[in-house]
Amino acid sequence: MKKVVTGNHAVSFASKIARAQVVAAYPITPQTQVVERISKFVADGEMDAIFIKVESEHSALAAAIGASAAGARAFTATSSQGLALMHEMMHWCSYARCPVVIANINRALGPPWSIWTEQNDSLAQRDTGWIQYYCESNQDVLDSIIQAFKVSERVLVPSMVVLDSFFLSHTSEPVDFPDQDKVDEFLPPYKGEWVIDPDNPHTFGGLTGPDKYYELHYMLQQAHKDAEQVMDEVHKEYEKLFGRKYGRIEPFMADDAEVLLVVSGTPASTAKQAVIDARDEGFALGSVKIRVFRPFPRELVKEVCRGKKAVAVVDRNYSFGNQGIFFTEVRDAIYDLEPRVPVYSYITGLGGRDITAEDLVNIGKAAEKKECDNPTWWGVKL
Amino acid sequence: MIAIRFHGRGGQGAAISSYILAEAIFRDGYEVQAFPMFGVERRGAPVASFIRMDNKPIYVRCEVYEPDYVVVLDPTLIQAVDVTSGKKPGGFIMVNTDQPVEEIGIKGDFTTIPFDGTKIALEYHLGTKVAPIVNTVMMGAFAKSFGKINIDNLLFAIKDNLPRKIADRNAEATKKAYDLAPKIE
Amino acid sequence: MSKEIEIRGVKDMPPMAVSLGLMTVNKTGSWRNMRPVLIAEKCTACSICWKFCPDMCINIEGDLPVFDYDYCKGCGVCAHECPTGAIVMEEEMR
Repeated sequence: MKKVVTGNHAVSFASKIARAQVVAAYPITPQTQVVERISKFVADGEMDAIFIKVESEHSALAAAIGASAAGARAFTATSSQGLALMHEMMHWCSYARCPVVIANINRALGPPWSIWTEQNDSLAQRDTGWIQYYCESNQDVLDSIIQAFKVSERVLVPSMVVLDSFFLSHTSEPVDFPDQDKVDEFLPPYKGEWVIDPDNPHTFGGLTGPDKYYELHYMLQQAHKDAEQVMDEVHKEYEKLFGRKYGRIEPFMADDAEVLLVVSGTPASTAKQAVIDARDEGFALGSVKIRVFRPFPRELVKEVCRGKKAVAVVDRNYSFGNQGIFFTEVRDAIYDLEPRVPVYSYITGLGGRDITAEDLVNIGKAAEKKECDNPTWWGVKL
Repeated sequence: MIAIRFHGRGGQGAAISSYILAEAIFRDGYEVQAFPMFGVERRGAPVASFIRMDNKPIYVRCEVYEPDYVVVLDPTLIQAVDVTSGKKPGGFIMVNTDQPVEEIGIKGDFTTIPFDGTKIALEYHLGTKVAPIVNTVMMGAFAKSFGKINIDNLLFAIKDNLPRKIADRNAEATKKAYDLAPKIE
Repeated sequence: MSKEIEIRGVKDMPPMAVSLGLMTVNKTGSWRNMRPVLIAEKCTACSICWKFCPDMCINIEGDLPVFDYDYCKGCGVCAHECPTGAIVMEEEMR
């Protein structure tokens, strides 16, 4: 059944319908409504879960890890400074192979205080070993959370589902709410093999020397590799059950495009309009959304970029002292394409600066004319 | 694509009205997007909220700069913000006021519709006497003049979104506003 | 001790760092160099040692603390916190 809801409500509802058993969360703008709604679900008896009020985001994830280590399906949500405070536990969660799912609402970090969207909060967690999904619509948010639990529990790697502050969190639009029965069929209860059991006590995460630590990280990387195939299977199953098609990357009119925009988050949605507008003018623009950023879909990105006249990577993030973060990843993935495909970097929308369809068409045109300083800070007031 | 902008003051329910209207528009069979002005909201400060509707999927996810229709919940806002900003030619701006159209003081290539929503809000005890809440009333009036929103869907959306205690009064007031507002075209 | 499991590489390993042996047989008290000993006459049965033990190795039996030497690592927190000096740390003789 379709309902008109905000991205925040889509997050809360997804955690409920995925039957998360433990939710530990701490409120922060723009995520607060998620905490409010889930605690209400639990208080009203609509959701069979334990809601743990914690004193910080660090504790929120620590509690979720504890729950997951004990075999429960655990969920939390945060944003920006809150995610930064979780950082230590982010490593702990993935290295302990706890399949926790987090919804993170992209918000720029301070100072100065900002509540508007930017991807640096989640991308700063890039190397913590988590799976990352970037969503373009509230439907994408709801479906990604349900899928993330399945993928995470299959490969024992935690997942972060990322949505843009305000552009999704506070925007309401029609979302198809799947039936509980079907979700239960898709996502059976989590049965962890390696869980804390007082009758069968083991030590978890104890001191491990260089002779084993190295192998454990190799195994985490292998799990990321496995996740790619698991995701492809999960997407097929999801489409069969719910009728909605998802991919690790999602090309839009990319096959016959000469210039390709590489986008993520809500700009991936706006880019579709940009592509339609550009085609009306006779400009062969296409776009591709990076939906799954970790594991990075290297082979898929390479194939979609093959033979393009220019690839323009739009980054609402920055790695200071180097480049846009998606840009470096994309250029690395397609480096050995023959013939070489030129890749251009456009920084946009930091701190919630708006990215319009017109901006994206013009970025495509600039890339076609090789007008780029790698990076170009699009629209920066000098 | 049709874009609608609501102007109000923090606490007057501009954001919730866009959410409610979005549900009604969705029930009318359109694709829809509704969002408040992005930022912090303080009681009494000028705020805005937005709606996009279309027969096709709505891909754009940026702010609304060129609205086709504007609704002003509080006439004192006209001195504080440019409610005509980016207004596309045609369509209308509807203002909650007891003044005639020539007293409102906005000009442009569009119709200006004065509508006394405060009077109806007071009659139905919406909000308080000093601070009546006109958002649902103005939605009713807007729905009529706009002509694309089924009043039954709007009343359903109001009842679906507001606490039961005030939902019926709001729905009745909205219906009255719908009946009184002018039909345009 | 449980029998040693030989780990050659990732094929033999669980996905996360977890002790392969059960902790019921892996008696970590063997790490101890100093052992707490109770002087029962001085003990006022206040249970402060029980509260402070970081490894939950003190059980109250009757009124008095009993040390679980299978897991006690000999950190001495109990002796330090005891207000009447009823716990002394003695060198482990092995």
